[in-house]
Amino acid sequence: MNVTIQEHTQSDSATTLVVSGEVDAYTAPQLREKLMPLTKQKQEIFLDLTAVEYMDSTGLGVLIGAYKSLRAQGGRLVLVGMSARLSRLLKITGLTEIIDIEDGA
Amino acid sequence: MVEPCKDLIELAIPAKAQYVGVVRLTVSGIANRMGFHYDDIEDMKLALAEACTNAVDHAYAGQEGQIAISFFIYDDRLSIRVSDEGNSFDISSVKQRSGPIDKDLPLTSMRERGLGLHLMETLMDRVEIDGERGVIVTLTKFIHRDEVEQDVDSPEKTKSHG
Repeated sequence: MNVTIQEHTQSDSATTLVVSGEVDAYTAPQLREKLMPLTKQKQEIFLDLTAVEYMDSTGLGVLIGAYKSLRAQGGRLVLVGMSARLSRLLKITGLTEIIDIEDGA
Repeated sequence: MVEPCKDLIELAIPAKAQYVGVVRLTVSGIANRMGFHYDDIEDMKLALAEACTNAVDHAYAGQEGQIAISFFIYDDRLSIRVSDEGNSFDISSVKQRSGPIDKDLPLTSMRERGLGLHLMETLMDRVEIDGERGVIVTLTKFIHRDEVEQDVDSPEKTKSHG
């Protein structure tokens, strides 16, 4: 019931965060602390969610916060490696209409 | 007449975020034993976590408190009651705000919280909320047995093909 987050810097303006484990009310603050400062530094953030086993609305709240922060500066948040479960969650909450999603392949 | 439940499992956790994962594991174990499908189990884990997280966030305003979770096991469904003894809230105002994110709204008014109730209502078959004293949320999901498989095994079906 933990989350790990690894950053792979691509360039000055782009970075990838690889998230694994469970993102819930307990672990979402860790993701927020890692992600939010980057939204001020980077233009493009790729969030690799391939190894995320569980995410609930608190995790989605972090994604929305990052999306808003990036967009406010003309930046872009891209979700990569969405499982069927996660895709469904984003569809139900209307986020597929808003946040960019790329295939994990 | 109220149909009595077959079995009852009760759990109480401190109203702290780190214990919501324990509730998820518990519902997963119970639903698995009852014969729910994987996707339904995942739906229930999420909906129940949303109910518990709401209680953690709102019930005791930073004070210590307990959340009681009761699993009512019926032949055809699982009902889960989440109750706290903390702050009540105005249900109708929360329900009005419940729903998916609206992509046409301006960026600044996009909500980062408040998706929980919408998720519960989408993922469960029934959601009942009673907020008069503390908050009681009851989530119900019916077992959807595999109808295709039943058809294959049904003797009537075999005959009609013969």
